[in-house]
Amino acid sequence: MPELLQFLLSGITVGAVYALVALGFTIIYNASDVVNFAQGEFVMLGGMITFFAHAAGLPLPLAALIAIIVTAAIGVALNKLAIEPARGAPVVSLIIITIGASIFIRGATQLVFDKQLHRFPAFSGDQPILIGGATILPQSLWVIAGALAVFICLWLFFTRTLIGRAVLATANNRVAAQLVGINTNYVMTLSFAMSAAIGALAGVLVTPITLTGYDVGLALALKGFAAAMLGGMGNPKGALVGGLLLGVLEAMTAGYVSSQYKDAAAFVVILAVLFAMPQGLFGRKSTDRV
Amino acid sequence: MLTVEGLRSRYGRIEVLHGIDLDVASGEIVTVVGANGAGKTTLLKCLSGIQPVSAGSIVFRGETLTTVPAHARVRRGLAQSPEGRQIFTNLTVEENLRLGAYLFADDKVERDMQDAFAMFPILKEKRNLAAGGLSGGQQQMLAIARALMARPSCLLLDEPSMGLAPILVAQIFDVVKSLKALDVTVLLVEQNAFGALSVADRGYVMETGRITMSGPAADLIADERIRAAYLGI
Repeated sequence: MPELLQFLLSGITVGAVYALVALGFTIIYNASDVVNFAQGEFVMLGGMITFFAHAAGLPLPLAALIAIIVTAAIGVALNKLAIEPARGAPVVSLIIITIGASIFIRGATQLVFDKQLHRFPAFSGDQPILIGGATILPQSLWVIAGALAVFICLWLFFTRTLIGRAVLATANNRVAAQLVGINTNYVMTLSFAMSAAIGALAGVLVTPITLTGYDVGLALALKGFAAAMLGGMGNPKGALVGGLLLGVLEAMTAGYVSSQYKDAAAFVVILAVLFAMPQGLFGRKSTDRV
Repeated sequence: MLTVEGLRSRYGRIEVLHGIDLDVASGEIVTVVGANGAGKTTLLKCLSGIQPVSAGSIVFRGETLTTVPAHARVRRGLAQSPEGRQIFTNLTVEENLRLGAYLFADDKVERDMQDAFAMFPILKEKRNLAAGGLSGGQQQMLAIARALMARPSCLLLDEPSMGLAPILVAQIFDVVKSLKALDVTVLLVEQNAFGALSVADRGYVMETGRITMSGPAADLIADERIRAAYLGI
């Protein structure tokens, strides 16, 4: 039993990371139907900038705050310099632009910072906490709490605020959104800033556990994307559940079968779910009349 | 209130509006009638700002709007109810209406919504359903109601009767007529020339990107050429 609990706890930790990345996808997707493949780079930037700001002598909370703000600014720049000029292009072209942006950010990070792996101290020490014979790192609790907090904020944002509905309206029908007075360029800018900030927050939270380096973003983006697809793209609830499910699946496979098969097992389950429910577990059904 | 001079617009290299002159006085219902493809919808899109203008000017309440972006024109009191299915299909009817009043966050929003429900009771019945599931006529009503939520001083109506059952067409034109009592100036674009001219004060006839006739609606309805070309009489 302690074994199962241990796998479950580490699965939830990893899953919370995937959930945070998946939540980052949600906003830009909701505003524009674009899956932003540079989302993983935002996570990487969050960790890298925090590390270098901390190494330069800033206290950790301040370094983290700077990292989140700078990353949000980079997200805005990505929208202004690469996405907005291509307005009117098909969604697929925009997605390819984000892939290009991700490669660019990775290269630029290598030049500006370095190619080493980095870590900064955990927020509440490294002493594992014992739970029923299994252990969990205090930092894992931070990651899980971060994922829950971001989920709650996003859920409130999309269901309780007018600007949140304006984001949904912009994705649904950009022309109609303009006709009711929504500044759709502003909505896009806001979405990129929020997505990038959520990504950076994820990077800040996980770096003490997983380390960070210029190239960690790609793998995170892929897993986060898989989690978002599993839960249903665009739905914060789907991102959270999809992320946690994917993490636990991986941990169980690694624990009871072999760690070599953990990615394969996870993706087989995702394929099976999408085969039965193409919209994902919580995906929105399209109800358009034609 | 609204003055358009020498308005030209193009899709790529093809010019579709060849210099439109038109004016709407405060409190009037003015209609632009014409056949399919005459450029009526393009004209409205230029006025609401979602179609670029290549020459000419749009002056609304003394201010030149020609380069003002679409969302900012709504703020100035010029709202469009777009043609066809331009509603937020994945949001509920109520959310669509609330977004119509996107620029406002006061108590009047709720009253305006009750007014909209009074005007179109079917929308009240379906307030919590996704707008994409409404019938074509109900979507059209929602588009008009949503535009009214923006508290426009001038409402641009694009083909409100298109694709509707005759009984609904009559209902829609009644609504247009009733806007006069609410102090809303209306520019109505319609293929249904007879219906539009019956509720309008003045009318313009548009053919292939040009205004070919204009005058009081009663005169246009009586005009032999219009009766032959548009009214099928």
